[in-house]
Amino acid sequence: MSAIASPSASSRERVTQSRVIRSEWTKLRSVRSTSWSLLAATVLTIGFPILASAVISAHWGHRSPGERAHFNPIDPALVGSQIAQLAIGVLGVLVISAEYSTGMIRASFTAVPMRLPVLWAKAIVFAAVTFVLMLPAVLIAFFASQSILSRHNANIAFSDPHVARAVIGAALYLTVIALFSLGLGAIIRNTAGGIAAFAAVLFVIPPLMNVLPASWNDAASRYLPSNAGRAILSITHDSGSLSPWVGFAVFCGYAAFTLAVAALLLVRRDT
Amino acid sequence: MIQARDLTKDYGDKRAVDGLSFDVRPGIVTGFLGPNGSGKSTTMRLILGLDRPTKGHVTVNGKPYREHSAPLHEVGALLEARSVHTGRSARNHLLALAQTHGIARKRVDEMIDHVGLHEVARKRAGGFSLGMGQRLGIATALLGDPHTVMLDEPVNGLDPEGIQWIRMLLKNLAAEGRTVFVSSHLMSEMALTADHLIVIGRGRLIADASVPEFLAGASKPLVHVRSPQGEQLKGALASPSVTVAVIEPGLLEVNGLTAAQVGEAAAAHGIVLHELTPHQASLEEAFMDLTRDELEFAAT
Repeated sequence: MSAIASPSASSRERVTQSRVIRSEWTKLRSVRSTSWSLLAATVLTIGFPILASAVISAHWGHRSPGERAHFNPIDPALVGSQIAQLAIGVLGVLVISAEYSTGMIRASFTAVPMRLPVLWAKAIVFAAVTFVLMLPAVLIAFFASQSILSRHNANIAFSDPHVARAVIGAALYLTVIALFSLGLGAIIRNTAGGIAAFAAVLFVIPPLMNVLPASWNDAASRYLPSNAGRAILSITHDSGSLSPWVGFAVFCGYAAFTLAVAALLLVRRDT
Repeated sequence: MIQARDLTKDYGDKRAVDGLSFDVRPGIVTGFLGPNGSGKSTTMRLILGLDRPTKGHVTVNGKPYREHSAPLHEVGALLEARSVHTGRSARNHLLALAQTHGIARKRVDEMIDHVGLHEVARKRAGGFSLGMGQRLGIATALLGDPHTVMLDEPVNGLDPEGIQWIRMLLKNLAAEGRTVFVSSHLMSEMALTADHLIVIGRGRLIADASVPEFLAGASKPLVHVRSPQGEQLKGALASPSVTVAVIEPGLLEVNGLTAAQVGEAAAAHGIVLHELTPHQASLEEAFMDLTRDELEFAAT
């Protein structure tokens, strides 16, 4: 506080998208709750499959031949992604809603008054971080769970048909979850509301579809975000769901639409 | 340089800012005064493009704020409401903002030292006192070495040393040729720092004048006279345009006459004077006079 004259900045550079990306990377890694949530998502993605396979392996002797025949070894391998999507989804909402609740958004939009580069940078950084963490996590989960199941020859190989697509697809699915939840957070601008909307879309609406007449339910259910998105995680195709890549494309469409609405509102609304 | 023209902002049915037009010039400290709730913060948000005006427009250094390619070098702002993620350290907060403009880490550390936050730079901003929060806000405002500095109630929560520091800082920033725009609801604070005043009430412009002009326009002459012949003097000065109040036996307060007129009247009546003091109304009184009708919630 002794110096009164303000030191002058040496350079006067403009705002660019890549600079805003670097800024958002700093923001993401400098809040402790973010790091913890990502760590939790990674641990759950790896830990649950190991736990599930161990339980299945321990009880394998009690399973009837019919149960053994219906057993799909990919299911325990990817069970962690079911749980990780909650952590990723909550974090996706928080990445932007916490800026509104703390007032940080005013500083962000004062630095980048065009605003959209902030949204794109958040999307790029958070999606990249999610994919980079989740891809090794699902691979480790797959190989660990299959090695446990191999004791009973109940495992499948990564090279078996559709397996690589399903495993890598789990990481892709979580990455799109990240974008979808970020979009919801940007639209709703409130942590509780954003998380509620995310949970409603992913966990509440799908079972509600059962109240519809069966024919409607069959026609509509497969197009719900969660059902369409999870088609890519399946190695068996049933008539009730979309094919893996079509389903994934539909899911990406939901995320893109959500982000587009968020972008439109971001530019128009007061902060 | 900030130029507002017919700036108007409605929130629902409520008009927060009502047809404001003013210029804030470089090289001086311009005080932005008004009672709480008069629209100062809203005006500042409109200047920064955080809110969009319902009508009219405002430019900073010749362009709407949103059109600047390096806005932190144009305007540094401290907003009244905190604008910091509570879970992030002061240093990372400044770093994230600096990175949007490719401002070096070295500059971030310089600013932390400059505002005296070195000790707590790595602590969560959520644990900061009001004063520390203000210092972080000022570091944020000065980060880009901006041409225009805009501070909303900067002395809020600061200790006397901090207040002194802000006053010096504002004067120095203006002396460096920058545009300095500072809001306050305290006239007394502005009296010590501002060269020019923009006064608003209920979102409308009440005054836009230099500090001496503002005082001259707002105050009537006021004279204190001490005399052993107080009652006699009171009679000598009596006139419909003059009010004389007895403050204590022998001390009169004369409203409506200059000190010279009072002295001449006393001489003409052979009255002895012990003291004759002209008083200019204080800025505070002038401000109160001007904004009395404009207070949103007048105390009763």
